[in-house]
Amino acid sequence: MSFAQAIGDWHALAVLFVAGVVPNQIWRMLGLWFGGGIDEGSELLVWVRAVATAILAGVIAQIVVQPPGALASVPDVLRYGAVGAGLIAFLLARRSIFAGVVTGEVFMLAGKWWLG
Amino acid sequence: MRAVVRLFEPPRNDGGGDGLAHASPAAAFLDVRRRLARYAGAIPHSAKKAPVALPPLDSPQWQSPWRAFVWGLRSITQTILTIVLFVTYLGIGALAHDTHFSLLWALCSTLFVWAGPAQIILITTLGSGATIIQSAIAVTVSAIRLFPMVVSVLPLMRTPTTKRRELIFAAHLTAVTLWVECHRFLPQVPRERRIAFVHGLGCGLVSVCLVANTVGYFLAANLTQTLGAAILLLTPLSFLFSTARNSREVADVVALVLGIVLYPLAAKMNSGLDILVSGVVAGTIAYGVHWWREVRA
Repeated sequence: MSFAQAIGDWHALAVLFVAGVVPNQIWRMLGLWFGGGIDEGSELLVWVRAVATAILAGVIAQIVVQPPGALASVPDVLRYGAVGAGLIAFLLARRSIFAGVVTGEVFMLAGKWWLG
Repeated sequence: MRAVVRLFEPPRNDGGGDGLAHASPAAAFLDVRRRLARYAGAIPHSAKKAPVALPPLDSPQWQSPWRAFVWGLRSITQTILTIVLFVTYLGIGALAHDTHFSLLWALCSTLFVWAGPAQIILITTLGSGATIIQSAIAVTVSAIRLFPMVVSVLPLMRTPTTKRRELIFAAHLTAVTLWVECHRFLPQVPRERRIAFVHGLGCGLVSVCLVANTVGYFLAANLTQTLGAAILLLTPLSFLFSTARNSREVADVVALVLGIVLYPLAAKMNSGLDILVSGVVAGTIAYGVHWWREVRA
């Protein structure tokens, strides 16, 4: 990888600023300025949190269903199977993130090795 | 003699939601914020209380702000969440590589965005051809949860003389991990040194993530296809399980499950707004479930 590749283009960095940095810092700075006056039981907050969770869930699904780069070389069955196996381990190990991640990874690698 | 006896008395519990003793009414007030953040899903429901190796509150170690910064920096070795962060950002680095972003771009996103879910959403949506506006909307919605987090964590560091601008960097560093750790560490840090301590803790965590990004990026560039795939798979797995772990209420679980199930359906419509469509629909249904349970109760 060359130096220029590591830097990338300025356009992408500008996009990062507009679509990534600003949307995050707005909420942090609002929290800093208006810390005092929020309604704790706001129904809007519940809805917003549910939508935010569902968006993150959608992105998780997108990475598994339409995998980027090297992950695309893994057959569908193995990717879904890895998530399923990880989920079972996560639940059996009383919600252990570690158990879920390791089991999912082992499932995928073992399956890849077995399929050749 | 009475003073000596008093030393051996157990600390009194001044009330408060979860049985914590409060140093002052102001500290007790924080519990309201605590509930708010818990409500917003910022506190994992089973945070373990591990003993923390910090000097006692009246130790001369705390006299210099720099010392406090270094203690904060060193505290990253005291938490398992550092490893979770490392693995997550390893995945983000690899994901950035395989969706054709530069290393500098990945590092800048960690440094200036500093919110894992937002970074994943940004990389994935931009990488799959969404417009800047579409990505910005998805990221904005995901970032709303930072608001209650900042609201609840900053009063822990504030003294009567603290100016708002002194808290800007601490607000920037606030994300789920720092949030959880602040509640664990800060009671053992003198109030006037807490901002310095949090700066140290935050800088330590950001550094770990920058290293993880770089390692992940180069691993994705140089590993065999299978191992590269294994590193990319870390991202969905770690986010799925950490979100599932933080889901306290039925509405959270419904939002998570429906969000995953509805995405492939929304993707079939090929509107370019897939993530937003499935997110808003699944989230609204989850809210409906919450509302229905409230009404029935």
